[in-house]
Amino acid sequence: MIPLSWYIIFAGLLFCVGLYGALARRNALAILIAIEIMLNAVNINLVAFWRYITPEKVSGQAFALIVFAVAASEAAVGLALIISLYRKRRTVAVEEIDMLKW
Amino acid sequence: MTLYQIAFLVAAFLTLIAALMTVSSPSMVHSALWLILTLGGIAVLFLLLNAGFLAVVQVAVYIDAIAIMIIIVVMLTQGAVRQQLRQVSRTWWGAAVAAILLFVSLLVIFVQSPQLASTAPTLVPSQETILKDLGQSLVDVNRYILPFEIASVLLLAALIGSIIVAWPIRRPGQEEGER
Repeated sequence: MIPLSWYIIFAGLLFCVGLYGALARRNALAILIAIEIMLNAVNINLVAFWRYITPEKVSGQAFALIVFAVAASEAAVGLALIISLYRKRRTVAVEEIDMLKW
Repeated sequence: MTLYQIAFLVAAFLTLIAALMTVSSPSMVHSALWLILTLGGIAVLFLLLNAGFLAVVQVAVYIDAIAIMIIIVVMLTQGAVRQQLRQVSRTWWGAAVAAILLFVSLLVIFVQSPQLASTAPTLVPSQETILKDLGQSLVDVNRYILPFEIASVLLLAALIGSIIVAWPIRRPGQEEGER
């Protein structure tokens, strides 16, 4: 069988790849994509802990489902914001979005 | 090396490569397509973890809805992407250092907890029992009904909010229905 440590290390690596993408990219869409990757890495950990430590309770899977719902709503609102921003400013680069700066 | 381990290694390797291409590809369309491969690899990992329902939800919610929506928005904002040449910010090396530091510290914490490394998979109940239990736990008053209901309200709020935010701007003097 697959050891639990493989899943944990893989999820850690995936989370760090997502973190790099969220911090380094200039495009607001690319940042949203990187955040989706990070959420997925967390989900893998939740399901792996459910499978290996408490398989008799479904808490890990239920939590992962809630994370799915939050990720879906976050993507919907984020993409709507990007579309609205593109209409107003003709840009999706995050450093040019400074309307809240004073 | 069992068949399951080989399947895990192949899926994990492909997912990591796809994730790296997602965050580093200069073209946003390619980036979104690599994201689909990443999400598919994660669905395979859910299958290996005996979470078949979550694998189906992963394909239906992430690949079907979120990834397609991202591709549509990429196409809608294509003009801005073509103008800007650089995709990464000037301080991208700082982001890389932060990511590597986080991974090293995670690894240190992981090595210090040996009970995690030696955990063997316990016997899992059958797939139907898990699914039944999962469905009942989401509507059981003593278990997860509160997060479940809050998630449904959150989805409704996100639905209305994204419609309002993405509504076309009306400039003064512009006729109704004209864009």
